[in-house]
Amino acid sequence: MSLKKSILDLRKRKKKVQQGGGEKAIERQVSMGKLTARERIQALCDKDSFIEYDLFVEHEARGFGMEKKELHGDGVIIGTGSIYGSPVCVFAQDFTVAGGSLGLMHARKITKIMDHALKMRVPLIGINDSGGARIQEGVNSLAGYGEIFYRNTLASGVIPQISVILGPCAGGAVYSPALTDFVFVVDKISKMFITGPSVIKTVLGEDISMEELGGARVHAETTGNAHFFAESEKECFDQIKKLMSFIPWNNETKSRTFPPKPPKVKGKIESLIPSDPKQPYDIRDVIRAVVDSSDFFEIQELWAANIVIGFGRLNGETVGFVANQPLVLAGVLDVDSSDKAARFIRFCDAFNIPIITLEDMPGYLPGVDQEHAGVIRHGAKILYAYSEATVPKITVILRKAYGGGYIAMNSRHLGADFMVAWPTAEIAVMGPEGAANIIFKREIESADNPEDMRKKKVQEYKDKFANPYVAAAKGYIDAVIEPSETRKLILHAIEVSASKEAMRPKKKHGIPPF
Amino acid sequence: MAKKFKDLVDFQVLSLKYKTRLTKKFESRKGYEPPNPNQILSYIPGTIVEIFVKKGSKVMEGTPLLILEAMKMRNKIIMPFDGKIASIHVTKGVMIPKNELMITIE
Repeated sequence: MSLKKSILDLRKRKKKVQQGGGEKAIERQVSMGKLTARERIQALCDKDSFIEYDLFVEHEARGFGMEKKELHGDGVIIGTGSIYGSPVCVFAQDFTVAGGSLGLMHARKITKIMDHALKMRVPLIGINDSGGARIQEGVNSLAGYGEIFYRNTLASGVIPQISVILGPCAGGAVYSPALTDFVFVVDKISKMFITGPSVIKTVLGEDISMEELGGARVHAETTGNAHFFAESEKECFDQIKKLMSFIPWNNETKSRTFPPKPPKVKGKIESLIPSDPKQPYDIRDVIRAVVDSSDFFEIQELWAANIVIGFGRLNGETVGFVANQPLVLAGVLDVDSSDKAARFIRFCDAFNIPIITLEDMPGYLPGVDQEHAGVIRHGAKILYAYSEATVPKITVILRKAYGGGYIAMNSRHLGADFMVAWPTAEIAVMGPEGAANIIFKREIESADNPEDMRKKKVQEYKDKFANPYVAAAKGYIDAVIEPSETRKLILHAIEVSASKEAMRPKKKHGIPPF
Repeated sequence: MAKKFKDLVDFQVLSLKYKTRLTKKFESRKGYEPPNPNQILSYIPGTIVEIFVKKGSKVMEGTPLLILEAMKMRNKIIMPFDGKIASIHVTKGVMIPKNELMITIE
């Protein structure tokens, strides 16, 4: 064969395989409102940056008529590309080829790109759209899943791992996304569950639709399995690109820096806060008043909204925010919000991102449901995560910092590097009403007018303790600042901690209260 | 001026009441009810495949009352103490959810 001929032959071969499952299957994919795997990769990566590996891989399955079947690329596309010029490893399951089902070679391709990502220390993005295990390949599919989970775990905390759910992702397949750092879902397209509606119906008699059981909204709002919710695939890819701009390539590098920009929010930060401490405000307005360009990128916005987490930039450098949200459940800590914050803190710590904590919370949520759901164990996660973290840790106390919550929200006692409070801060073991009722119980009960006495004693306690100065007198907080000084102070704290070195005892790994 | 927010409700944490919003999960949480030893509830969703007792019959502790089949297992539901069957709330062949009242005893 002449050179020209063999080049033409290569082109022909490529073209054939690149059609995936063929026209009909692609039509079906499109009719479900989905892009094809190839279109998705194009939408995600910088233009013309994607290089595909293993295009010509074929399955080796025998039996059940499999030897006669040709499955292009074995139902998955892998390769490397870039996002805003930063390299990424990508795999995308191709639902048009045997429903994106996972067989031995399909799994081999995925593990190959995972190994590559880990070796090259670049982020991994997996696009999931698969009917699950390829039944004809039996235990080989199970082996494939296991090998993927193993690599997810090895890569955890070394390179950022992102899962995009753009179709069904059921049974064992869900555990790869669950092991990764960020899960993206799209309304009406993403479906995730361990056992589907039909099994639930036959075994348990419970009737539920796929959407209600494991649709995008369920995972974004109820289970907390998803971190980002989008209305369309395009919006989803934009979210991924934005996230990539905030996080580093790996655990030994820092996030990319951008030119410093002041916040866009005009007016004084204190004007955001109501004078009555029982009235709420949106803590995200405070974050926007502090970060560069007022650009705050929130994570898990719809789940456990009583705590707010996300990324922003300060003088061009990425920081992570963990903030109580007085607007939802008064900003209490509970099972879900502890879980949400703890995982985010560990991500920031693993990837060298300083953590800014904004505190305004009345304590842990009381209730039988909370206690029985294990708020002790889940609440401990946040203590563990903060104590363990060695990145710069800065806390600003805005208003309430009561009891166990005060300790949990990155207090000095858990190793905060900088603790500052606004003059409106109340740092105490509990709210003034509760404290006065206990301390002055006898005086209140024996008074001629107990109600008057109670009010008097509550006021007395408020004057003495509901302020930041008792804690400041002990050195538990470093400074009491005016709200308008907040950004300046955080910037300074980050500058000072640039070469922070925190010693930890040598160990294999800790045992967090998972 | 601080922003004003809609849909705020009173929410008590310890001694203080705050104005805030609730979450769906918080609003739909079930209140706690102490267990009633006279009520035999299903501990797993499943199907009633056999009922061994009748209303009014006196039953010794440990006697099987019915079989609740779930996840392909036949689970024997036994009498927790000596007593009488006050009422039976299920029939043979029905599928029931978890925590469904099956039998009341006295």
